[in-house]
Amino acid sequence: MQNSALIKTQDLVKIYPVGWKELVALDHVSLEFQTGEFAGLVGPSGSGKTTLLNIVGSLDTPTKGDAVVMGKKISSLSHKQAAALRKKHIGFIFQTFNLLPVYNVYENVEISLLLLGLTHEERKKKVMQALEWVKLADRVKSRPAQLSGGQCQRVAIARAVVKEPAIILADEPTANLDAENSYNILETMVDLNKELDTTFIFATHDEKVIRYLRRKITLFDGRVTKDEQVTPQGKGENP
Amino acid sequence: MTLFKLALRNLLGAGLRTWLNVVVLSFSFVVIIWMQGVLKGMNNQAVTSLVDAEYAGGQFWHENYDPYDPLSLQDAHGKLPDELKDLVEKEKATPVLIIQGTAYPEGRMTTLLIKGIDPDQKIISLPSFFLNEKTGEIPAVIGNRMSENTGLKAGDTVTLRWRDVNGTFDARDALIVQVMRTTVQSIDQGQIWIPLDKLRELSDMEEEATLLIVEKNILDPPQVNGWEFKSLDFLVKDITQLVKTKTSGSSIFYVILLLLAMLAIFDTQVLSLFRRKKEIGTLMAMGFTRAKIIGLFTIEGAMHAVLAALVAALYGIPFLIWFAKTGWPIPESMDSYGFALGEKIFPVYGAGLVVGTTLLILLVTTLVSYLPTRKIAKLKPTDALRGKIS
Repeated sequence: MQNSALIKTQDLVKIYPVGWKELVALDHVSLEFQTGEFAGLVGPSGSGKTTLLNIVGSLDTPTKGDAVVMGKKISSLSHKQAAALRKKHIGFIFQTFNLLPVYNVYENVEISLLLLGLTHEERKKKVMQALEWVKLADRVKSRPAQLSGGQCQRVAIARAVVKEPAIILADEPTANLDAENSYNILETMVDLNKELDTTFIFATHDEKVIRYLRRKITLFDGRVTKDEQVTPQGKGENP
Repeated sequence: MTLFKLALRNLLGAGLRTWLNVVVLSFSFVVIIWMQGVLKGMNNQAVTSLVDAEYAGGQFWHENYDPYDPLSLQDAHGKLPDELKDLVEKEKATPVLIIQGTAYPEGRMTTLLIKGIDPDQKIISLPSFFLNEKTGEIPAVIGNRMSENTGLKAGDTVTLRWRDVNGTFDARDALIVQVMRTTVQSIDQGQIWIPLDKLRELSDMEEEATLLIVEKNILDPPQVNGWEFKSLDFLVKDITQLVKTKTSGSSIFYVILLLLAMLAIFDTQVLSLFRRKKEIGTLMAMGFTRAKIIGLFTIEGAMHAVLAALVAALYGIPFLIWFAKTGWPIPESMDSYGFALGEKIFPVYGAGLVVGTTLLILLVTTLVSYLPTRKIAKLKPTDALRGKIS
């Protein structure tokens, strides 16, 4: 196992019981991710993208094999240790944004920092900086219900990046967005990846996202069928 | 601190749902404190009235005296020993002689207790000074209940019949010089008060008494042969017990009230867990431990009680103060409770009652808020994020 790998999975297997049968969601997946990567897990629904993200994000544990994230073996982490790993080093972006409806934009972003023991001033500075990155500094008082889908996802990105984690895991981040918003979001994430050297791993089957990836890992029926470095095309002339 | 802040944000953000629970819970606060206050006030009034009108600082009873056995009265009298006579002379005690008798108001016959008391006594609040009135007959004072039951009014004459110390029947007319309004049934119902000297003379029980009432706050009552000192605690024991029984009976009402409020909190918590599964998952993804999330939800539930206490204070304090000043008029039927009460009950709210009730509700609310959240401990982050209901 190389020490330089930020994330390493070794023969990762995840099996879910479905009634009397078993569903193999991940089938001996071995991958490595380095710091600063902008990678995507690509494949149809049920190919194991989200399962892999969940295990890497310490939200789930493997059935066999193991994932080592920032030197921590996911399968041997207690609930507390897994929570600590997520708290400090991993940010999540979800398809449905998962913003807390009763909090305003500022509070939704701030919540990521509340467990880190920062002072009010430090938190305020970081939250405002994150909101500047996603160009929502003027909407701090707005509630999620008052924002568009694209704005909500930008808040979710700000919430994920505000603690400057080493890894951001984004599960279908553009699935609920129109093309224009999707590209805006992706441009923002590319900028953050460059600026903060944060590792981004996407689970997606959205072509718009795939155009921005520098590494494309194709999954099918829980297996890695292709792992390739690609040239990002970005929004391009005629997306 | 973080959890408190988040809990408060969540609560205030939940809007109407929170305030409905808070209002219901605040109602419990106010009603429980009010009811307890009324019962405490009732107890205080009952004891105070009894002490003022009948018991003062305690009583010496003749060794044969048993207030629950009227037949014992025949033998429950005796000359006061020197130690007790000394108290009477120093105006620290007043003797009462009690004999059984019969009255014939408006031609009807009614048995009663004829009680003799010194008209000039100042030990109890009984208006015995009316017995100083000079009349051709025996001056007598009765209570308002006795007056209602017998139809006797001030200025009426009634024939009394009794047996003297030798068992010989005798009878005389008594003039009702005053009908006293009293809240204490035990100096009223079935009794007639006449001057002590007169009763001693009529019953041929010179210098004798059945009991001796001593002044309030008497220190170190003497030990006397043939006479037993009954302390105030002993004398008010029955009424305290009665109030206690009524208190526990009434507590059923506020337990039901508390249960209803707790049901609302419990329901809200259970609903929250279902509706906010995704939120729980998101918090887990952000690094909140399960214990922290359980803490957050429990604090949220418990904070209903804190907000309810504030809301209750807002309308409850003025209401309770107003009520304590105005009092609660007692219906006539309450007379049969056996309590010595005034025309109104004035609630008494002690600091212990308010703090105790607040802590009790806070404790119960916290417990009820915690119980449903234990489910979180078994919740997988991935299931929570999917909003999966288990």
